[in-house]
Amino acid sequence: MQNFADPFSLAFRLILSGDAELLTIVLLSLRVSLTAVFIAALIGMPLGAALAVGRFAGREAAIVLVNALMGLPPVVVGLCVYLLLSNAGPLGVLQLLYTPTAMIIAQVVLVTPIIAALSRQVVEDLNGEYAEQLRSLGVSRAASVPTLLWDGRFSLMTALLAGFGRAIAEVGAVIIVGGNINHVTRVMTTTIALETSKGNLALALALGIILVTIAICVNAAVGMLRGGARQVVHA
Amino acid sequence: MRRRSFIGAALALAAGLWLAAPQAEADDRFIIVQSTTSTANSGLLDAILPAFTEKTGIEVRVVAVGTGQAIKNATNGDGDVLLVHAKPAEEKFVAEGWGVERFDVMYNDFVVVGPAADPAGVAGSSDVVGAMARIAEAGAPFASRGDDSGTHKAELRLWKDAGVDVAAASGGWYRETGSGMGATLNAGVGMGAYVLTDRATWISFGNKGDFGVVVEGDPRLFNQYGVILVNPEKHAAVKAADGQAFIDWLTGPEGQKAIAEFKIEGQQLFFPNAAPKPAGQS
Repeated sequence: MQNFADPFSLAFRLILSGDAELLTIVLLSLRVSLTAVFIAALIGMPLGAALAVGRFAGREAAIVLVNALMGLPPVVVGLCVYLLLSNAGPLGVLQLLYTPTAMIIAQVVLVTPIIAALSRQVVEDLNGEYAEQLRSLGVSRAASVPTLLWDGRFSLMTALLAGFGRAIAEVGAVIIVGGNINHVTRVMTTTIALETSKGNLALALALGIILVTIAICVNAAVGMLRGGARQVVHA
Repeated sequence: MRRRSFIGAALALAAGLWLAAPQAEADDRFIIVQSTTSTANSGLLDAILPAFTEKTGIEVRVVAVGTGQAIKNATNGDGDVLLVHAKPAEEKFVAEGWGVERFDVMYNDFVVVGPAADPAGVAGSSDVVGAMARIAEAGAPFASRGDDSGTHKAELRLWKDAGVDVAAASGGWYRETGSGMGATLNAGVGMGAYVLTDRATWISFGNKGDFGVVVEGDPRLFNQYGVILVNPEKHAAVKAADGQAFIDWLTGPEGQKAIAEFKIEGQQLFFPNAAPKPAGQS
């Protein structure tokens, strides 16, 4: 590789060519990561809110744990999910190893703590503002969770985007449980790892540029969605 | 209403992406082959597998990892066929009952690649053991796979023959990357270190820098590939019939011809050498 200009022009040409193979890989990346974020949000947001408004023994410890799990190493998560889904493992009968579903499971494990930890912070701040008001209206702590989550929805978007960023960028977990099988479980990050190992550094970097571009597009789309919704709310 | 349209838009986006991506059909007929990076990254399997799939309707899904990891995955039953290159480990796999039977498929050879400056002065040698002893003597950097792969096992045998204790030099001139062949070549090229690699990966490698083959042609550099059906008696999920069909094809005339015809830059990368089947057997 001579310079950094080559990968940029290569990335541009790849996008323009509309390469079917590349499109398949990009769509699978998005499908796996968006699904994982969606499921992780269903688990992580209520969990984060519960940690924010709940008053129970061990709450502080649980918060420390969830915060620490944001730093879960993807390779370790991949290994654990592999051992679970392997034919020699407890869930082997499901025959999920080396499928996109296995990759989604691994990413849900990675992303859930991020969404839970960030949601907890958002909801806790809102709860500090509105707790008295809600109590005076006779709303219980548990019943105030949906209200607080709904009120914090714009801030929670950031939690989702942080989770999405983690999911779309990680390679350690999906390469172990997906196997990087061509046309079945090959995603952007595993393709980049593969091309790097083949010594095709310019192509690998070009794919990296495309991946970053996709991430920007997703973030921009969410930003527009949020802006649009805000205008409606304030109209 | 606002709330509904907001969530609806997000859901529609997710659903659209899900549907747009190709779904793995539940009734797809496929086998999983645990193989090594050299066969997959060189493009060999991509080149020869479509003919098999077309003939039999069996899709071949390849997981390309180091030989050590491939054997472990197969031992766990996570694959139907094992295609690797470390004969002693393969024979152990069969002897322990994890595999049914081992067949020779093809061979190529290992080479030592190094920088044009050749600090150990080994270029042009065809005595690999002598060359490796000289590399150790000169304390010239050497990048090892260090990952229990077939290539790593072969490299350790050569060091043993050369009477060099690499464990003592680890972290000094002897550098274990603990990574695949390509990553180790990238590291070797980056730090000007000699590397033992299979020829197929080297020829198809895209980041050679000023590196070239410095040692080749020693019979001790012979690199044999074997194929084994994972034992269905150990793991009921193994697709024995389809896996055996693949092994029969690979070691039969069609597969062997396809292997011989695979070339990169005019060079043949793998040389078929399966034993001819006795008459009367398909």
